[in-house]
Amino acid sequence: MSQVLAPILPVLAAIGLMLANGVVLIYMLRKVLGHLHLRLGPVHVGPKGIVQTTADVLKLLSKEDIRPNGVDRWMYVLAPVVVFVPSLMAYAALPFSETLRITRLDTGLLYTFAVLSVVPLGVIMAGWSSANKYALIGALRAAAQQVAYEVPLLLSVLPVVMIVGSMDLAEIVAFQTGVWLGVVPRWFVVLLIPSFVIFMIAALCELNQTPFDMSEAESELVSGFATEYSSMKFGLIFLSEFSNSFVISALAVTLFFGGWTLPFVPDSVLAPIAPVVFVLKTYIGIFVFMWIRGTLPRVRIDHLMNLGWKWLIPISLAWLMLVGVVVKLVAPGGVA
Amino acid sequence: MSESVNGVAFVILAFASIGGAVGMLTTRNIIHAAFWLLEVMVAVGGLYLLLSAEFLAVVQILIYAGAVSVLMLFVIMLTLRRREDSVRPVEVSIGGGILAAVFGTVMYVAIARYGDRVGEMPIVVPDTAALGELLFTQWALPFEVASLVLLVALVGAVWWSREGDDR
Repeated sequence: MSQVLAPILPVLAAIGLMLANGVVLIYMLRKVLGHLHLRLGPVHVGPKGIVQTTADVLKLLSKEDIRPNGVDRWMYVLAPVVVFVPSLMAYAALPFSETLRITRLDTGLLYTFAVLSVVPLGVIMAGWSSANKYALIGALRAAAQQVAYEVPLLLSVLPVVMIVGSMDLAEIVAFQTGVWLGVVPRWFVVLLIPSFVIFMIAALCELNQTPFDMSEAESELVSGFATEYSSMKFGLIFLSEFSNSFVISALAVTLFFGGWTLPFVPDSVLAPIAPVVFVLKTYIGIFVFMWIRGTLPRVRIDHLMNLGWKWLIPISLAWLMLVGVVVKLVAPGGVA
Repeated sequence: MSESVNGVAFVILAFASIGGAVGMLTTRNIIHAAFWLLEVMVAVGGLYLLLSAEFLAVVQILIYAGAVSVLMLFVIMLTLRRREDSVRPVEVSIGGGILAAVFGTVMYVAIARYGDRVGEMPIVVPDTAALGELLFTQWALPFEVASLVLLVALVGAVWWSREGDDR
């Protein structure tokens, strides 16, 4: 294969995965939320409504691209790109199996968080350039919320890094293979439950998901920062939101649920199906996100800020210190 | 091949960072200026990556692009009373011009005289763990001083923003 083509292929694969993930997640969201609300969800197009999303995507693609008067033209056009590109970049470090990943990064975990932290900027860009009150309020809420919850999100994964002694996602997975006492899988969710709980809360907030979907609260803000977007620009913003759900869930699986590995299954059996295991675990995580979304009401913005700054950050700092001391006691002379 | 690829990437990033800085200085819209600054920060992160300083690049994106510029935009948008207020006339100040000229001269002289005294790049790039160890042993004191400065700024900001007589 030519030297130029080889590095492009993984990128194309990531885009393909992102599109497929978007279509699957929209259908899943409609079905899961439907059944949680004692409805059926889509039923008419195809068996059990399975081609409904495909039809909707085609409709979205063929829609007129409207640009309202008075928008800040360059920023309005650039914003969906600024939202989309970091979401795509976030796939670079995810380990789907021991060999299947785009690139191996020494700082894989930090890298994924870093590129995801650029997404709120695209949101602010979209909200500001739309010249619309609702869009601007939505964007500012999103910015405040995501900046606040990035801190506990990062702090919550630090204990994992401290115990493993590496930020390489593959090494974090490798550390979690095997079982304790013959029955309990060596997953970090067992060892570090507080970290996992903080991670889940902060992740829901980063994803703008109910109960923390203040930035696009339909009943108050029309559709938040995306109000003035139509056609495929809107499509890009939503694609990147679904893709972020996938990435965060994949991170949760990698950090706390042993990534592509399964306990009690020998490596020889596992090796060919590892990516499937990883994706399945990720979708279970997404299902839990949707479950929460269908169950809990929305939190008020000031409650949300209080929870973030006055509870989650102090708790995660205290927990971090505790883990640090224990790690030092258990392994004197260094973490690694 | 990688040499020429690095060269192309360097030219793009160099133009992006300098062009972004020029854009930031010349735009009349304060929001646009903030976004130009963001672009400079991302481009500088890319330059770090070219130097194999992976950790520094990632932290640059995370802190400067992801947090500092979001806060900056937040502050700008909260203090603007109307959307139209974001457009300001470009103010030409003599003092600023003199300052820029002095700074430019000093930098030019410094680079012309000492530019060739750049240390040798190590063959093996130290990994993140080695960097952390160095930071918390040999450079522990400067590190703590830096964190203390940030803490003072934080406490100061809280003190300033409190209203009423109790401050």
